[in-house]
Amino acid sequence: MGTVPEGAVPEQTGAGARFVNIGERCNVTGSARFKKLILAGDYDAAVEVARDQVENGAQIVDVNMDEALLDSEQAMTIFLKRISAEPDIARVPVMIDSSKWSVIEAGLKCVSGKPIVNSISMKEGEGPFLELARKCRAYGAAVVVMAFDEVGQADTVERKVSICERAYRLLTADGTDASDIVFDPNIFAIATGIDEHRRYAIDFIEAAREIRHRCPGTHISGGLSNLSFSFRGNEPVRRAMHSVFLYHAIPAGMDMGIVNAGQLDVYDQIDPELREACEDVIFDRRDDATERLVTLAEKYKDVDPAAEKAAAEWRSLPVAERLSYALVKGIDAHIIDDTEEARQQAARPIEVIEGPLMDGMNVVGDLFGSGKMFLPQVVKSARVMKRAVAYLFPFIEKEKEEKGVTQGKGRIVMATVKGDVHDIGKNIVGVVLQCNGFEVIDLGVMVPWQDILQCANDNNADMIGLSGLITPSLDEMVTVAGEMQRLGLTTPLLIGGATTSKAHTALRIDPAYEGPVIHVLDASRAVGVASSLVSDTQRKPLIATTADDYDKLRKSRERSGPKDLITLEEARANAFPYDPSGKAPPPAYPGLHHFGEWPLKDLKASIDWTPFFRAWELAGTYPSILEDPVVGESATSLFNDAQQMLDQLIAERWVTPKATVGMWRCKREGDDILVLAGNDWTRVPMLRQQVRKRQGRPNMCLADFISAEGEDWIGGFAVGIHGLEPHLERFKQTVNDYDDILLKALADRLAESFAEVLHGQVRNRLWGYADEHLSNEQVIREKYHGIRPAPGYPACPDHSLKPVLFKMLGGNPGEVVLTENFAMLPTSAVSGFYFGHRDSQYFGVAKIGRDQLEEYAGRRGVPVQQAERWLRPNLE
Amino acid sequence: MNAAGTLRAEAAKRILIKDGAYGTLIQQHRLKSEDYCGGLDLVKDQRGNNDLLNLTKPEIVRSICESFADAGAEILATNTFNANAISQSDYGAESFVRDINLAAARITREIADRDGRKRWVAGALGPTNKTLSLSPNVNDPAFREVDFDAVKAVYRDQVDALVEGGVDFILIETIFDTLNAKAAIMAALEAAQALGRALPLMISMTLTDLSGRNLSGHTVEAFWASVRHARPITIGLNCSFGAAQLRPHLSALAATADTLVMAYPNAGLPNELGEYDEAAGETAAQVREWAESGLVNIVGGCCGTTPSHIAAIAGAVRDCTPRTVPAVRSGTLLAGLEPMVIAA
Repeated sequence: MGTVPEGAVPEQTGAGARFVNIGERCNVTGSARFKKLILAGDYDAAVEVARDQVENGAQIVDVNMDEALLDSEQAMTIFLKRISAEPDIARVPVMIDSSKWSVIEAGLKCVSGKPIVNSISMKEGEGPFLELARKCRAYGAAVVVMAFDEVGQADTVERKVSICERAYRLLTADGTDASDIVFDPNIFAIATGIDEHRRYAIDFIEAAREIRHRCPGTHISGGLSNLSFSFRGNEPVRRAMHSVFLYHAIPAGMDMGIVNAGQLDVYDQIDPELREACEDVIFDRRDDATERLVTLAEKYKDVDPAAEKAAAEWRSLPVAERLSYALVKGIDAHIIDDTEEARQQAARPIEVIEGPLMDGMNVVGDLFGSGKMFLPQVVKSARVMKRAVAYLFPFIEKEKEEKGVTQGKGRIVMATVKGDVHDIGKNIVGVVLQCNGFEVIDLGVMVPWQDILQCANDNNADMIGLSGLITPSLDEMVTVAGEMQRLGLTTPLLIGGATTSKAHTALRIDPAYEGPVIHVLDASRAVGVASSLVSDTQRKPLIATTADDYDKLRKSRERSGPKDLITLEEARANAFPYDPSGKAPPPAYPGLHHFGEWPLKDLKASIDWTPFFRAWELAGTYPSILEDPVVGESATSLFNDAQQMLDQLIAERWVTPKATVGMWRCKREGDDILVLAGNDWTRVPMLRQQVRKRQGRPNMCLADFISAEGEDWIGGFAVGIHGLEPHLERFKQTVNDYDDILLKALADRLAESFAEVLHGQVRNRLWGYADEHLSNEQVIREKYHGIRPAPGYPACPDHSLKPVLFKMLGGNPGEVVLTENFAMLPTSAVSGFYFGHRDSQYFGVAKIGRDQLEEYAGRRGVPVQQAERWLRPNLE
Repeated sequence: MNAAGTLRAEAAKRILIKDGAYGTLIQQHRLKSEDYCGGLDLVKDQRGNNDLLNLTKPEIVRSICESFADAGAEILATNTFNANAISQSDYGAESFVRDINLAAARITREIADRDGRKRWVAGALGPTNKTLSLSPNVNDPAFREVDFDAVKAVYRDQVDALVEGGVDFILIETIFDTLNAKAAIMAALEAAQALGRALPLMISMTLTDLSGRNLSGHTVEAFWASVRHARPITIGLNCSFGAAQLRPHLSALAATADTLVMAYPNAGLPNELGEYDEAAGETAAQVREWAESGLVNIVGGCCGTTPSHIAAIAGAVRDCTPRTVPAVRSGTLLAGLEPMVIAA
């Protein structure tokens, strides 16, 4: 085991949890704050304490109301009933914690799931012990048994082991399942300066190992906060002690612990000096271990307050520096006040922007440019900047009216082209450009070329930026370029978006327009390109080298040409061999299934986070990206913000996931699949790879996964995440690009997660050909049989099959609709076909020949030119 | 061999058949207020008090029970779904709870034992119409209309009368609130202790939404974790919706529960008029699919099912192999609204 669990990641896979975090904060004896809330009768706030813990990874919530000033039975009852009304808390089991049986029993009468009682013991002898154990059993609860007997609390290894073993024998003989027994062999405070206490940690660890060995099926738990009791007030040292202790106690068999969920450090990341000192006291390795830790602890004592102090100090800096600090750190708490103060000091309001705000943004730009700051932070900085500018805007407008216009660094008109609705990337580029002093006029999504060019003309734009995600947008960009040519414009045209490429720009867009055309790979390049285009010295060289570059690319493409393609006939002869034994059985529930509101929280666990980070231009794989030496800090901060928004989104049901699934009879006809959806046969033509393959590699086509003989089955689906708009509008009102982009990126992840969850339901239930027990990681790595290829993606590149699929699914499946260029609305949507054959797999059709294009147009029932337009990315 | 033993032995050989529901068939008699009330000294209108018919129209109850036995049902449930003091208080008939249960148990016992054929009698405990887990007052989430001890006591009275009337098992059915069921379980455990012998339990949950949860919010796996301490001879699902919609959740339960699985669906979903119109053959075909998939040990019917549904179901599963009860899974099972497994 490399690290102790961080407490943030509950592991509840099929195999079961490995170490269970029990949240300790709902305890009036252990938490001053919780005690205050309960004594004041503020159960609303007390409930939030429980919720925070579950959100921070507590897998069980411990509840303790043992307080002399309280009616503990009543407090236990009210609190348990209150949290049972909160589904996001009540989803986890509770631990009813009291030293009084009457309080425990009052709690047991309110808990509908299966709780754990903490605790019972042989303190009063075997008879009363067994009686309470029987009652726990009748209420359906597991029990924590304290290592305590008639003599007292066990403090040595021998006593801990012998008491637990005796309890184990009594309980199992009386009918309690071993699996319902948890032993608490008592964690006591160490490093107290008293010699008798020096072995307490070792004794616990050794006892844990021995008890697990002698009492098979049981568990070991303990309250961690006792261990570090003598370091009260010094959180860094307490956390380190807890983490180091768990690091050694877990392998010994301690598999549950009452902890402050989310407040454990990663063993490897603890300051080695502190870690060693902790190990010295835990293992009683040297006589002066306690002294040394006490001395060392001084160093950490004020770590947190010191940081707070430093953080507060910036507030006493001169206003210009405060603005700069706020921008770099992305803090918007004081931005309006500071901006106003700066405005009053400045001669003109614009000077605040040109002076301190731009200085701050230049620092941000430099840090970003040199790779020391990452996109999420930049967007946060931009949010602060935008708020400041929004505040100043009326003053500037007023002055403009009085004195005339001022000019920024450059002006760019940006739009997502007609037929496309995706704008996360475009918004990021817009924000980054604004941070660097450009004036950005963002026309939004689905903008026809007329509007783009009109706006560019009216505003005397220095450049035009086009964005798009789906492949038909590539054609639309060519159209825009062609129109610019026709109108005789010379404005530079920037091309960006996920499906755009240097090759497509060079081969298709650049030849359509004589003005400068430049493909911008990602947001971080946008500033460089835009800055060069408005620079007197750099403009010409950039345009010349780019044109030259594209020309070379075109020439090299001409040379390579179509000679590596084989004929369609040859490709079919080398089709993927169909194996009848891999055929999926008929679906359990054929026909259409509509899901009007899938529970959002079902989608959270299966989110694949890696693409989320990619959307923010953070390279790396989740979860290791959080620990990445370069982007880790930025990724972690982004991830925390995402989690927070996601939880709120789920709790407040911001969005509604809807879906439709269909499963139909089908048969194969060549490379076509004929689907019996409703009463009509629908022809779904598929494309076949034509690239010359190595020996033994087939030229694949999705139709190859359908039986050529007799009947087979195919499915289809569409999912959509509905209801983002009011929230996006809210973010727009508060000038909050960061949350806008965050929400859109999350909604995209939810749509993908939904598609994945739904596919699992289809495989295991609705179609029902599988019986899987997969972890989320296995699902992300697609360790299952069957695929769900989407029209417009590599295995099925023709976007125009979406209307065909949607029609089979009843018109607007999952309430998703299509634009004229086959983009889906809402934007966060996924659709595709289901193939159940064991051997079905994803592949890319890649380049196809004219022969297939012409035949495909016939099968599809459209003119060749139209098919050519649809399949252009596969033709060149 | 005791009843639990004979049931397990038979269930190992074949899929057993439970009866259908009383309500639908009673409705067909179009009884009037006075039919329900009989000569009993009751002030409130008794229309709809189907449980009272055990006392006032025993011949109707007997003929329904008989028709299910004729259709092939071998597990006969008593007509006592609402025969508890909480539900009967709506009719002002609490004082008849003991008599109703006693009479119902005796009628069912009599039919069960009418010939040499092996049949079992399950004393049915409904959920009552009060919930221990939810507050009816939106402004006070900690408020409850009833408490655990009161519900337990109500169930205890019913259990004692049913046992006295000769039932083999206690069937806790249509459980929408897991905590109510836990009170019923405790009542039965305490009754068994007083009797000095085992009182086998059958436990059956009902789902209130298609995501597979009951009203108190438990998934089927969480529900199993919460009632497993009763060590019931059967666990399962009833009512909810039709067989088709129950299937995924039944499948989840069948995979996890280490005891016999009993499931009895409604005859499809009610139509616009609130009537169940799924044909016997249709229900039977879906139940057969469960059987073929190895999901069930005992099948029967709930709302809307008639003797012809039961006969069709019995015919459909006759040649099917019963579900194999899975081995106990290692590890500790806990539950909130969702299950939690701690590896052993």
